[in-house]
Amino acid sequence: MRLRAVLLAGLWLAGAASGAAADPAQRVVSMNLCTDQLAMLLAAPGQLISVSYLARDARSSAMAEVAQNFDINHGLAEEIAFLRPDLVLAGRYTTRVTVDMLQRLGYRVEVFQPENTLDDIRTNLLQMGRALGREAEAERMAEEMQQTLLSLREAADDKPGPETAVYYSSGYTAGARSLGHDIVTTAGLQNIAPKLGLGASGILPLEALILSDADMVIRGASYQGYSRSEEMLRHPALERMLAAPRLTAETRPEWTCGTPLTLSAIHDLRAAAGLEPLE
Amino acid sequence: MKLILALATLCAGLTLMSLFVGSGNVALRETIWAYFGAGDPLVVLVMQELRLPRAALALLIGAALGFAGAAMQGFLRNPLADPGIVGTSAFAALGAVIALQTGIVALFPMALPLMALGGALISVLALLALAGRGARTTTLILSGVALSSAAAALVSLVLNLSPNPFAANEITFWMMGSLADRSFRHVSVALPILLLGAMLIWRSRKGLDALSFGEETALSMGVNVRRLRLQLILGTACLSGAATAVAGMIGFVGLVIPHLLRRVTGGMPSRLLLPAALGSGALILAADIAVRIILPGRDLKLGVLTALLGTPVFLHMVWKSRGRDT
Repeated sequence: MRLRAVLLAGLWLAGAASGAAADPAQRVVSMNLCTDQLAMLLAAPGQLISVSYLARDARSSAMAEVAQNFDINHGLAEEIAFLRPDLVLAGRYTTRVTVDMLQRLGYRVEVFQPENTLDDIRTNLLQMGRALGREAEAERMAEEMQQTLLSLREAADDKPGPETAVYYSSGYTAGARSLGHDIVTTAGLQNIAPKLGLGASGILPLEALILSDADMVIRGASYQGYSRSEEMLRHPALERMLAAPRLTAETRPEWTCGTPLTLSAIHDLRAAAGLEPLE
Repeated sequence: MKLILALATLCAGLTLMSLFVGSGNVALRETIWAYFGAGDPLVVLVMQELRLPRAALALLIGAALGFAGAAMQGFLRNPLADPGIVGTSAFAALGAVIALQTGIVALFPMALPLMALGGALISVLALLALAGRGARTTTLILSGVALSSAAAALVSLVLNLSPNPFAANEITFWMMGSLADRSFRHVSVALPILLLGAMLIWRSRKGLDALSFGEETALSMGVNVRRLRLQLILGTACLSGAATAVAGMIGFVGLVIPHLLRRVTGGMPSRLLLPAALGSGALILAADIAVRIILPGRDLKLGVLTALLGTPVFLHMVWKSRGRDT
């Protein structure tokens, strides 16, 4: 009796799962800045109904303009539930409690890993394609990206570019195994963080940054309003170190989330470093 | 005099030592030359624009807190009075945070210490209204607790309302204080107000002595008590305001050092002022060296160390003052 119930339940679940795969979600809600952008790139018209409020913030989001066309949410479970989504997109580090709550309420939540390398972008793009039932579009976009990436990497291997330090607010830097590091090296620059023994993300003290004698320093873009973390980026000692001929650049929203748009940030970085543009 | 000399020597030694501690790995010789502007321009930059202002600020802010603590204790006739404990530093932090977050500082840099000074002033006046002069310890501490928590809550509120996502993470800086990556901009902004405060208190040191015999006695000695009180309030507000504006709240310094030195100098407030300033300067210098050695490059907050050192002394004082009140 009991066995039969279990079997039946199993059958029903299998049926439900295959049903979900058969017709793609119609009301998709994204609650993470990075899934927002992948979803906006891939979703069919009308399929995506809400993105996170950060997607409209031009300082964090590379698609702030596009995000104006969507409703926004603040990632609160109650708010998401009222949107009656049939698919919720979340990041690995989206508030755990909220994701658990939504799953308990029976919503289908697709969780994405953060992009720590440029290759992760491809993985997430294809995962998003499957989740939205837009595999063909995702495949095409990934292929296009791969071509550009190959030519960028080829050019980067040509000759070693200037030694570069990335300096985010509070003195964080892009260590090896971070998207920032991959962006810098693919642009043909040498990241000094691994040389200084800094891992995925480490703190680069201002003293060490100045003494590193880097040829180029890429500083984090500043937000509106004051913060001490960002005041460090404008420390008089750093400003004096960066006086010409040292090269400077700023990070862009494309650095925050890995998307196909990140590649355009790499092209711009090459230009800022004075490397010749690619075809 | 001997004491002052000894403390001054200690300060000088620690200032020198502070100049040689940092995250950058630079040889001793090279470091020395860099302070005279010779050698690798980048090393010169690090020494003159990062380490020098840091050492200068440590000395200045320590001295200011010690001076303010000693003066406040004489003025309120209570050894437990200290800008950190009675809420003056918290109100100064509130003033500074408002000045920074409203963007006034970007237009007018002196607004930072001035608004902190304003906050400190409000707190001293509120304390006097709540607890009164020569207040019982319990009343003083309770008023301080209430004022501190209110100001700390408002600091958090202002930082949380900021459009800058990093601002809210900086609550610990304001509550615990740090000298990491400060520059000469901060020195030049704080220095005038600190000097003004020190001058106000220094000029009222004789009156402060008279006041220690009680207000009536001071009046009969021909002291203009009203004016004296105003000078002392403004002086302590200047010192703790400007110090907090650039370094955050660093607690217990103004409490511990005067307490320890009082055994040597005796009860006269005027004889305590200078040693307290020098001793506190030495303490902050030592603490700032320690945070850089314990966790290099990680910005361990100064207030963490001073609180760990200060709380036992504070508790000891509370223990001793038990029973005196009732």
